[in-house]
Amino acid sequence: MAKEKLLTPEELVKSFKDEFKTKIIDAKIKERAAGKKKNVTKSIWMKVNPSVFKDVVKHLIKLQFPHLAVASGNDLGKTIEIIYHFTVNFGTRMKVINLCISVEVPKTKPELETISDIIPGALITEREKAEMLGVKIKGIPDDRRCFVPEDFPEGVYPWRRDKTGPEKYYKNLHEVKK
Amino acid sequence: MKQKTTSKTTYHIPVGPIHPALKEPVFFEFELDGEKIVDVDVKLGHVHRAVEWASRKRNPIQILYLAERICGICSYCHPAAFGLAIEDAAGIEAPERAEYLRVIQGELERICSHLLWAGVAAHEIGFDTVLYLTWQVREKALDLTEYLTGNRVTKGIFMIGGIRRDITKDMIPRIQKDLKYFKDIFGKLKKVFLDDKTVKLRSQGAGILTYDNALKLCAVGPTTRASGVKKDVRVDTSYFAYGDLDIDYITPDVLTGEVNGDVYDRIIQRLLEVKQSIDLIEQCIDKMPSGDIVAEPKLAKLLSQLKKVEGEGIGVHEAPRGEVYHYIKMDGNEAPFTWKVRAPTYNNILPWIPMLLGEQIADIPIVAASTDPCMSCTNRVGIVKDGNKYELSKEELHKLSVEKTRRLMK
Repeated sequence: MAKEKLLTPEELVKSFKDEFKTKIIDAKIKERAAGKKKNVTKSIWMKVNPSVFKDVVKHLIKLQFPHLAVASGNDLGKTIEIIYHFTVNFGTRMKVINLCISVEVPKTKPELETISDIIPGALITEREKAEMLGVKIKGIPDDRRCFVPEDFPEGVYPWRRDKTGPEKYYKNLHEVKK
Repeated sequence: MKQKTTSKTTYHIPVGPIHPALKEPVFFEFELDGEKIVDVDVKLGHVHRAVEWASRKRNPIQILYLAERICGICSYCHPAAFGLAIEDAAGIEAPERAEYLRVIQGELERICSHLLWAGVAAHEIGFDTVLYLTWQVREKALDLTEYLTGNRVTKGIFMIGGIRRDITKDMIPRIQKDLKYFKDIFGKLKKVFLDDKTVKLRSQGAGILTYDNALKLCAVGPTTRASGVKKDVRVDTSYFAYGDLDIDYITPDVLTGEVNGDVYDRIIQRLLEVKQSIDLIEQCIDKMPSGDIVAEPKLAKLLSQLKKVEGEGIGVHEAPRGEVYHYIKMDGNEAPFTWKVRAPTYNNILPWIPMLLGEQIADIPIVAASTDPCMSCTNRVGIVKDGNKYELSKEELHKLSVEKTRRLMK
C-alpha cells in the first residue's frame, strides 16, 4: 500500500534470498512493455522449497501486506505444483509487481501448510486446490468442498492427469448415470 | 447440507442456490436472531462448467471464444485476460493502435456493466422506474457496442496480438455523439441515485466492508475501492494503452470526502467509474496512433507460432467487477497444459460475510447485489424452522425488500 515502502523487484528477490538462502530454488524477473510510451510492468516468478513456503509468505507480509489474486496448480507427473499469485505495491501508479510463488509437493505426500490464518482471503482458493488437485492443506479452518458437488466420488481430483483424475467419468458417462 | 447447531434464540434460513439479488446460483445459509443476521455460510459451484478443463482440447484461438462465454456481461474481459496471458507466455506484442482500441472496448463494456448494475440495484430496493431509466441509457451503450463490434453481447472482438475490428475516421462522430449523450444524462442519474432520501436510507450504513477486511479478504474492483483500498489494475500496471493515459484511482471520498465502505459508497463508486470510462474513451480517440491493428493477421501462422511456445504467462485486466486474473502454461502442444481463470467475484465472495453480519433479512438482496456478483440463475429460497421446511420465493424476498423501502418512506 501507499503508506508502506515501495519495493523494487530486485530488492524483493534479494530480500527473499538473504532470508531463505538455498531454499529459494529459482527466481527470475520478467518485464512487459505496453502502449506508445512502452511503460513496463514487472513480474517475479519464484520457486521455493515447500518447507519454507509459509515463512516466505510471512516474510512478504512483514515487508508489505500483499493481495492474493489466486493460486493455480499443475499436475506435473510425480509432483504437484501450486503457484500462488500475489500482487504487491498496489496503490501507486504503475508500480505493481506480480509475484508468483510456486511450490512443488510430491504426489506421494501432497501436503502444504495453510496461509488462510495470515491472509484470510486465501480460504476459497485453498479449498479449491484441495478438491481439484488432492493437496492436503494442513490447518485449514474449513475443509469442505467448494466447487465440486457433494456427491462427487472421494479420491477423484478433476485436475489430476493420472488414474486419480476424472478420465473414466467423462469417457463412460452412461455408466456414471446408473 | 450440514445443519449447524442452533441456540434457542436463533434459527437458520438457507437462501439459494438461487441468488436473491441477481438470478444466479449461489447458496447462503444464514443464522438469524430475530431479524438480525448473526452468521453466514456461502456455498459455491452450482454452475461449475469445467471451462478450464474444456480448454485442454482446444487451441488458443478457439479458447478466445470459449473464454468469451464464461460471462455474458463481461464478455470482453475474459478473452482480454486470456489474450494477455498468452501474449505474456509467447512474447507477442500488440501494435500500438490495437492497444488503444482494446481500451475503448474495455471501457465501453464497463459503462454497459455498471449501468446494468445500477438498474438492478434500484430494482432490489423497489424503484423500478429507475431501473427503466438506467437501462434505457444502457441500451444506447449497447447500440454503440453493436455499431463498433457488430454484436451487442458476445462481441468476438479480441484477438491474440491485437483486435479484430478497427475504428475508422467516419465512425468517430457517432461515438462522440453517444459519449455526449452519456455525459448529459450522467448528472440526472447522479441526482436520482445520490440525492434521493430513500436510496440514502436504504444504502447508507448498510453492508459495511471496512478497509482492513477489504484488504485481508483480498476483495477486488469497485467493492474494494468503495472501502478505500486503492487497487485498480488499470492504474497499478501498464497494459493495453492504460500506461499512456491520464488516469487516477477513484474512491468514494473524491465526491463525499469520506470513505464508509457501505452500499451507498459502492453506488457512488460505480457512478464515478462510468464518468471515468467516458473520459478514457475520449482520451483514446484523441491520442490513438495510426497503424496495424493486429500483430499477425494470418491465423494459421499465429497458431503454428503458439504451438512452439513453452512457458507460463499471466494476464491481468480490470473488468467491470474487478481484477480478472488468468494463468496459462504452454508445453509445446496445440492446446495449453493448464489454463486457470480467476473471475472477480471469486475474490468478492468472502467479503460478503462481514457485509451481511448484523443486517436484516430485507437487506440481503441489496447487500448481496452491491458487490455486483456474477455467477448464473435461480428462483427459490427455502426456510427451515423447527425442522419444518417453508419455501420463500425470490418474489417474496424481493417483496420484503420493497416493503422495507416503503416503511422507510413513510
